[in-house]
Amino acid sequence: MSQRTVELSLATPGLDRDGTPTRIPLGIAEPPGAHYDDDFGAEHMLVNIGPQHPATHGVLRLVVELEGETVKRVIPHIGYLHSGFEKLGEYRHYNQIIPLTDRTDYLSPMANNVGLALTVEKLMGIEVTERCRVLRVIACELSRIISHLVWLGTTGIDLGAFTPFLWSFQERERVYNLQEAWTGARLTTSLTRVGGMMADIPDGWEAGLRDFVRTFPSTLEEVDTMFTRNAIWIGRTQNVGALTAEEAINYSLSGPMLRASGVDYDVRKDRPYLGYEDYDFDVPVGEHGDIYDRYRVRLEEMFQSTRILAQALDKLKPGPLNVDDPRLILPPKSRAMSDMEAMIYHFKQVMEGVKPPAGEAYMGIENPKGELGYYMVSDGTAKPVRWRIRPPSLINLASLPKMCEGALLSDVIAINASVDIVMGEIDR
Amino acid sequence: MSGARVSSSVAPLRATFGVAVERSLVSCGDTIVYVARERSHDVLAWLRDTSGQEFNYLTDVTAVEYRDPERPLEVVWQLRSLGRREDLRVKVALDKRQPLEVQSVWDLWKGSDWLEREVYDMFGITFAGHPDLRRLLMWETYAEGYPLRKEFPLRGHFSRAEQTRQALAANPEAHYSLEELSIAEAYGELPRDMQERLARGERGFLR
Repeated sequence: MSQRTVELSLATPGLDRDGTPTRIPLGIAEPPGAHYDDDFGAEHMLVNIGPQHPATHGVLRLVVELEGETVKRVIPHIGYLHSGFEKLGEYRHYNQIIPLTDRTDYLSPMANNVGLALTVEKLMGIEVTERCRVLRVIACELSRIISHLVWLGTTGIDLGAFTPFLWSFQERERVYNLQEAWTGARLTTSLTRVGGMMADIPDGWEAGLRDFVRTFPSTLEEVDTMFTRNAIWIGRTQNVGALTAEEAINYSLSGPMLRASGVDYDVRKDRPYLGYEDYDFDVPVGEHGDIYDRYRVRLEEMFQSTRILAQALDKLKPGPLNVDDPRLILPPKSRAMSDMEAMIYHFKQVMEGVKPPAGEAYMGIENPKGELGYYMVSDGTAKPVRWRIRPPSLINLASLPKMCEGALLSDVIAINASVDIVMGEIDR
Repeated sequence: MSGARVSSSVAPLRATFGVAVERSLVSCGDTIVYVARERSHDVLAWLRDTSGQEFNYLTDVTAVEYRDPERPLEVVWQLRSLGRREDLRVKVALDKRQPLEVQSVWDLWKGSDWLEREVYDMFGITFAGHPDLRRLLMWETYAEGYPLRKEFPLRGHFSRAEQTRQALAANPEAHYSLEELSIAEAYGELPRDMQERLARGERGFLR
């Protein structure tokens, strides 16, 4: 009897009249729908994703309208990380804005710094030195690599692949070590100044970068082996979230999102800055505009960035780092403490800041996430009248409702990951 | 401002639109064209669709307010021709004593959707013809005004205590728009006045 009691509690909900346990077979005994309301599935369901959700890559909130598992509509809500950077910029000297740019797209701070310096230099008509240009190219391409590595790792996790995340973050750590050795900070680099750089690279840094350039492609090749012909990866990404070239242009997409749709536009090639026309590199362009092509474009861009880094290292020659203009560049501290004139310039620099002439300039650079544009309006004072950031991932994200139409709920996660957003930049 | 070169689009624009092209200038190598408020949509559509212009890519939409309170607000469209590798900046000056309204270009470029919402959110400029002109970064019930206007103090109009009080008193349900609630099963449980607002086609958030 005791034995039977055990069997009952484990496996069956009851006994029949003879005292033998009744067993319920696994699976569905009745035709589907027999016990459901007839209108099940006809009613649309509202699913809230985020703002605190690991798969939304930050404080993005998506309200998804579902019919069964099919997405009818996605309504994104943003602004949870809004910090008013553009307003803050109007209260700061031009060089004081550079730390704000660190905090917009915080996955590629050095490239943002370069963009801001280039914009103010365009406003003032300054040409920076050759060494400064090469170092800025190195900063931009290192930023591209670390930003794409974060994208690769997190997107892999979203789609169930954990190992490439570890590889990519291991490589990213090496770049962060270089970044830290150069700027003293891992995230808030504030690398550039108007007319130059905050600091030159330290001794031995070039050797460290050469070592990275030599060994990094082998990791990328491993990622390529893991993903490019992986049946699960292909199944989750091909023909998902596809946009045609016309749609990509109409939605103002930029960067890898635009190129994956087959539009051959790269600011580095088409409006060269920092002497990019002198570097030999290719711009990968996709065909289908789906998640898979975006992955292929970003992976290839990392190989190409490595090529650019190798060329930049060869171009890097000793020479002056900053422009020779005491109204722009702080004098060395030793001179500021010993030389009257240098001290006056130092004082004026710190108290008054650089003063561009009245005018306005738009400068777009090819950031990892797309075209980062800064639009500065100056009235001749030391603080801008208007500092506008054209945030690439905001504009790319605006196409999310279009891409998610008719997709499955699980595809929303994949599509959102493929946009490569960073909320610091979207909300600013 | 050396090497100033006026964009080749300015002369045909003047020929087509006459006095609606108010003035053009070059700043830091970029050509800026000021057009009349009423014709902005026509000009932008013409720039997009005319062969030889083909400004098919809308890089950015934004606005500028100057420190001089007498100067008009400016709405800025940053255009690009991907094929011709050319840029053009089109501006409309808005007198602050008039209603701050321009035509939306949402029908020309879907990419303008969020950009126009952001300009509305930050400057209070409305875009006629935009299908869903809601605040983008600030929340729908935000009552302090338009943050990027010059009369808006850096820390906001309200005191820190008042801001905290409002944040704590916020209704969590207000984070769903009426439109979203109408999709969900919650619709049947909504108070009658909200159902009526929905029936009238209102899309905003609960008050």
